[in-house]
Amino acid sequence: MNFSKSFRNTFLVILLSLIVSACATKKTTTKVEGQMQGDVYTGTDTVKYLADGVPDRVFFATNESILTTKSRDTLRKQANWLRENSSINVVVEGHADERGTREYNLALGERRANAAKDYLITYGISADRISVISYGKERPVDSGSNPLSWSKNRRSVTVKAN
Amino acid sequence: MIRIINLFFIIFFLLSPKAYSLIEIDITRGNLDPLPIAVSPLFQDDNSKRNSINELKIENVGSEISLVVENNLKISGLFNPLSKEAFLQKPDIAHLKPRFEDWALIKAQALITGKVVIEDKKLKVEFRLWDILAGREMLALAFTTVPSNWRRVGHIISDKVYERLTGEKGYFDTRIIYVSEEGPKTARVKKLAIMDQDGFNTKYLTLGNELVLTPRFNPTSQMVTYLSYFKNLPRVYLLDIETGTQEVVGDFPGMTFAPRFSPDGKKIIMSFAKDGNSDIYTMDLENRIVEKITNHPSIDTSPSYSPDNRFITFNSDRSGYQQIYVMKSDGSNVKRISFGKGLYGTPVWSPRGDLIAFTKLHKGKFYIGVMRTDGSGERLLTENYYQEAPSWSPNGRVLIFYRETKSNDKGEGFSAKLWSIDLTGYNERQVQTETDASDPSWSSLLSN
Repeated sequence: MNFSKSFRNTFLVILLSLIVSACATKKTTTKVEGQMQGDVYTGTDTVKYLADGVPDRVFFATNESILTTKSRDTLRKQANWLRENSSINVVVEGHADERGTREYNLALGERRANAAKDYLITYGISADRISVISYGKERPVDSGSNPLSWSKNRRSVTVKAN
Repeated sequence: MIRIINLFFIIFFLLSPKAYSLIEIDITRGNLDPLPIAVSPLFQDDNSKRNSINELKIENVGSEISLVVENNLKISGLFNPLSKEAFLQKPDIAHLKPRFEDWALIKAQALITGKVVIEDKKLKVEFRLWDILAGREMLALAFTTVPSNWRRVGHIISDKVYERLTGEKGYFDTRIIYVSEEGPKTARVKKLAIMDQDGFNTKYLTLGNELVLTPRFNPTSQMVTYLSYFKNLPRVYLLDIETGTQEVVGDFPGMTFAPRFSPDGKKIIMSFAKDGNSDIYTMDLENRIVEKITNHPSIDTSPSYSPDNRFITFNSDRSGYQQIYVMKSDGSNVKRISFGKGLYGTPVWSPRGDLIAFTKLHKGKFYIGVMRTDGSGERLLTENYYQEAPSWSPNGRVLIFYRETKSNDKGEGFSAKLWSIDLTGYNERQVQTETDASDPSWSSLLSN
């Protein structure tokens, strides 16, 4: 009796840990499938290119304007390209997702655009070649209301100035 | 326009008997038992009806005005207008001397009667408010205006009735300025729009060529300050509704946003963003002097003055997250007042001075709430998927805000609508607009 009870308990523990690990695995896989790390978008769905191999945008975590390793990599590519194309000026557009108050998001978009601009300056691009504009949450690229859509919208986009 | 209209309202006599009356409404608590009121159609004789058709293309403007009144009283949540089918007494006779027993029989506690005449291109209106239980007149008023003003007549009657029965000013003869929205989420077209508080008489003030946001009235409701992306430069503008003239506010080398008038109408307070930092500034509209009010490397925005102009509330993320602060109007004495769980934004000072309305984000839900000006007594009035930007009715009893619905992965199912809720947390209602709508701002009382 005692043996079978403890056996049953052990069995339950194993079963439970299997369920828990299954959940954990499932969670990570959805995130990878959903092209997000933390809540920063890592995919290329909406990305356009300034030139071959030079993506136009970088993505941010919720309420953040910190540049991820990948973002810095993208911006260095942009800086290199801008150095090679010294006649081209750019506008960095800052954007936020729809889950924040409008006015705060305008400020947040401006902060994100400047984070990107500052990094370009650090890599030798003259400040007067880069202007910034914030659209807050007014110009989403993805109109869904879900974490993946929001992650695509939390972005700064470097576009050629006319 | 408005100034001229006001001149046309000549109030002939105002008898408001101070006598003891049995009915009164307590608007400080949620009213679950609205006052049964009978709104008798305002009487109009056949001759006047003919003029009414000529002038307004409406046969019985008296009935139409009474419908405006009835609708206002109903949406206030404080009154229960009774079905006209149950009325026993004819409008003209009731206006002379109601048979109180008849009205008591249908359970009316108050009665509005009246008469309209249209002649010589003038609309003459008189109305009376009767206390059925006490069997006496509570209020009698008459005024003359241009016939095209007939809806405003209904709003003014509603305000007078509201004021007589609640002891506080009404909010019906008011307008809402807001942003009209159309098109898909990724290419939304936004226009400034203005309408009567009950959703009628919508006018569009911009064409939708450039993005416009956050319009707000000045204290006289003749001017509006808002954010426009004209020429792709987001700047605060000032618009005169009467003349249509507009100008950029100040000469800032970057984005200005989140504008609001000071309650004395002399200044515009707003944020200016530069190098990733947003601070709060004011500009004096007379001498154009710009003052920097906050100086902090965080985001400081959504400023709103106290009604005595002495304090400013705003939101800032200087603590790491968006929270609400209060400071003196010179920028000194900054104090954080929101300490609950979640993020707090869009603080707006009540016109009565005692409360600050706000938007709160907590665990993926958005709330509209109020707290005292020291941050105590927080009350959440409504919870939803997304809502923000409360604006106070001029009497400080109702908040209007906008609410967005969730879209599916294709972006379908999205809408933005205006809603209102009483300070008590009761009487939540959608405010009718011709298009999707956001960023509402409530005007002051137009006739005063």
